[in-house]
Amino acid sequence: MSIEIYIDLVLVIFLVITGLAVIYVRNLFAVAMLSGIYSLLMASIFVVLDAVDVAFTEASVGAGISTVLMLGVLAITGNREKVSHKSSVLPLLIVIGTGSLLVYGTWDLPMFGDPNAPVHMHVAPEYISNTYKHTGMPNIVTAVLASYRGYDTLGEVGVIFTAGIGVLLLLSKRKTKKEVNQQNKLKEKL
Amino acid sequence: MFLLSTIAILTTIGLALIRAISGPSTYDRILALNMVGTKTTLLIVAIGFLTNRPDFVDIAMVYALINFIGVIAMLKYTRYGQFANSLDPDNLNTDNKEN
Repeated sequence: MSIEIYIDLVLVIFLVITGLAVIYVRNLFAVAMLSGIYSLLMASIFVVLDAVDVAFTEASVGAGISTVLMLGVLAITGNREKVSHKSSVLPLLIVIGTGSLLVYGTWDLPMFGDPNAPVHMHVAPEYISNTYKHTGMPNIVTAVLASYRGYDTLGEVGVIFTAGIGVLLLLSKRKTKKEVNQQNKLKEKL
Repeated sequence: MFLLSTIAILTTIGLALIRAISGPSTYDRILALNMVGTKTTLLIVAIGFLTNRPDFVDIAMVYALINFIGVIAMLKYTRYGQFANSLDPDNLNTDNKEN
């Protein structure tokens, strides 16, 4: 247990460094790369904290898709960030205020892994005792997602499939008439 | 043993982070991102064995796949400047080589 805390600490320090670098580096390509690194570090922290499925989402969406989408945006815009000279005191205060409110909110949370926390008392005991009897799956999370909420998951898959097709349609540029003409000319020459 | 490799992996992530921040060229940064992705994969495996959960290996393999696809997409972008219709050698992106 104590080893995991040290690993977490090192990863969080890397995370802070990456976050500061995203703010201070002006080259937008580097910022896209750094945000990918940020997601990967965040995914490692989730894995160390035992939230493997959240880590999956973070790695595939954060490091995979959103880096690619950011690069797609960079292809349209430029590669350098304009330096803004506006005062950033008010935004900083708002961020610090929101952050301290969130930290204040964590004081009311039950301890990490506390078996008597309300969330573990509601329906969880029933799932834990009956899941294997009902479905025959050793992993309860998988059983809930794929069996108890099977139709829900099917709908989600449909949504993701539609979104994937939409992204593919957006990313694949159709050839303009000019390009088609150029290609035809090239073919005639050959 | 696994602790030692975990420390080594974390050190490598730190070094790759320095390379990603300081650059100077685009390829240094792509390589740094690829490096961090690979080290995340290894870190998950090492943590899995460190905490007696060898089934983390399966998870690590999916990370390797995500990392591979992401790097391919980035390299495609840096070479062609777009993601579509890019097998055409006339479309080479020339203004993105340095910074």
